[in-house]
Amino acid sequence: MDLEHDPGQPRAHYSEGNMTRLGQNIYVIGVAETALGEVSGETELSMVAKAAREALSEAGLSLSDVDGLFVSYMGEQGTVQVGEYLGIQPRYADSSDFGGGTFEAFAHHAMVALAAGRCDVALIAYASRQRSKRSRRMHYSSSAGTGYLQSDRFNLTEQFQSPCGMPTPIGGYALIASQHMHQFGTTPAQLAAVAMTARSWAQLNPKAWSRAPLTVDEVLSSRMICDPLHKLDCCLITDGGGVIVMARGDRARDGSKRPIRVLGAGESHTKWHIGQNFKHSQAPGAVAAREAFAMAGITPGDVDVLEPYDAFTINVIVHLEDLGFCGRGEGGPFVEEGHLRPGGRLPALTSGGGLSYCHPGALGILLLIEAVRQLRYEAGARQVPDAEIAVAHGMGGYHSFASTVVLARD
Amino acid sequence: MTNHKVPESGTGYGDPLTWPFWQAAQRHELMIQHCNVCGDFQFYPRPFCLACGGENLDWVIASGNGWVVSKTIVWLEVVPEWRPPYIVAIVQLQEGPTLLTNIVNGECHIGERVRVTWRDRPNAPPFPVFEPA
Repeated sequence: MDLEHDPGQPRAHYSEGNMTRLGQNIYVIGVAETALGEVSGETELSMVAKAAREALSEAGLSLSDVDGLFVSYMGEQGTVQVGEYLGIQPRYADSSDFGGGTFEAFAHHAMVALAAGRCDVALIAYASRQRSKRSRRMHYSSSAGTGYLQSDRFNLTEQFQSPCGMPTPIGGYALIASQHMHQFGTTPAQLAAVAMTARSWAQLNPKAWSRAPLTVDEVLSSRMICDPLHKLDCCLITDGGGVIVMARGDRARDGSKRPIRVLGAGESHTKWHIGQNFKHSQAPGAVAAREAFAMAGITPGDVDVLEPYDAFTINVIVHLEDLGFCGRGEGGPFVEEGHLRPGGRLPALTSGGGLSYCHPGALGILLLIEAVRQLRYEAGARQVPDAEIAVAHGMGGYHSFASTVVLARD
Repeated sequence: MTNHKVPESGTGYGDPLTWPFWQAAQRHELMIQHCNVCGDFQFYPRPFCLACGGENLDWVIASGNGWVVSKTIVWLEVVPEWRPPYIVAIVQLQEGPTLLTNIVNGECHIGERVRVTWRDRPNAPPFPVFEPA
């Protein structure tokens, strides 16, 4: 739906020969969650260190094999800090910041770096203790200052967005949800159906934070935060994180676990300020999906499991439309019809998602881990039978950034 | 060469490119950039026109009329100057650019027309907000 674009049908921008090959020989060979929920007796770095060893051990590798490092939200110069802690001196490193979906972009970047031979074993890592530290803030400040005089008066966000008192990030998503409702007739009950769907999966996941049954009515009767988003339209605030190890096929056969192929990936972004409207832009999610699906040579109908980034219920509805699982404006009814639920034709949010399983500030890495576990057939009670292709779709900002990763069981 | 004259900061607020905007705000005038090459309007200001790349930009006083692209009612307290419930909105100006703002002095719905008014602030220039037209 975004505020400015018509998705249209532009071509994917890549040279077909190169990118098709790119999607044929890159694998996820190890995954691990950090401790989740409310974590005590750990630091973010120790959480990442333990998960890194676990993920590498799945791959039959050790820290000394890692020469590509991808880290975000682990402090200034994230890969340098994590690299020091783990004793890794990378040949290729990336501390990009695209919001919570950064880790889908990291899978994309690692894919390209591995294919180009710039590294042999890529480690993607993240951990947060945002719940334990009570570090969430509802208002943007470039300086975390206490007034205009202390803040950066050159900062555009402080000049033109902060004075409006918009809670972040929820206010931006509320604006997106309002517009979607106005334009397409999406209802609060359809938004609530996303939360109910996530919970129905979380009830099958022993690691999920919220597992009690949840109805649409309970979501609708929870406290209104930013109209139309209620408290239960919002994700959890938990600690957590994870690690993913990727390599080319030549390094993918030493592990104890089935390697999962990275078939395709794409990314895009548009605006930083929710109030900005730049001409000719397209929904980042639609661009990312088009690139990823084209590289993978698949269509939406080929996808067996979907892990869409669910910070707020509206996100999933927008993602379904961006990814082409339904038409523009049809996401609400699509969710309400139950297609995403256990036994539905597009099982999605299978971990319980950010809404019910875990949302450690940046959820993207956990979407990839769940997709890999579904394709390894390790997902227990929530396993999607015979899953062969899974998609993790990350986002950041206010649907400002998106990255799509297509994974396949060989 | 751009024809931007970098003015003295009359307000101590903003950056070299936005000073004209905030100086006009002191007079309760909503100013946006206008491209003398392609005629496009632009907000916030940049050193050149994003539509055509032209560097011949002027500041013009916008009509102050627009319509509500989206809105949300905020029910929790975020900053001291806004007491819930209050309305945060995206408004599209008649000239084309969009901005994040507040709706004051009444209710409004998406699609409805609004006009600019000004919220005076103690430590900063007035901020453009909108009211039902």
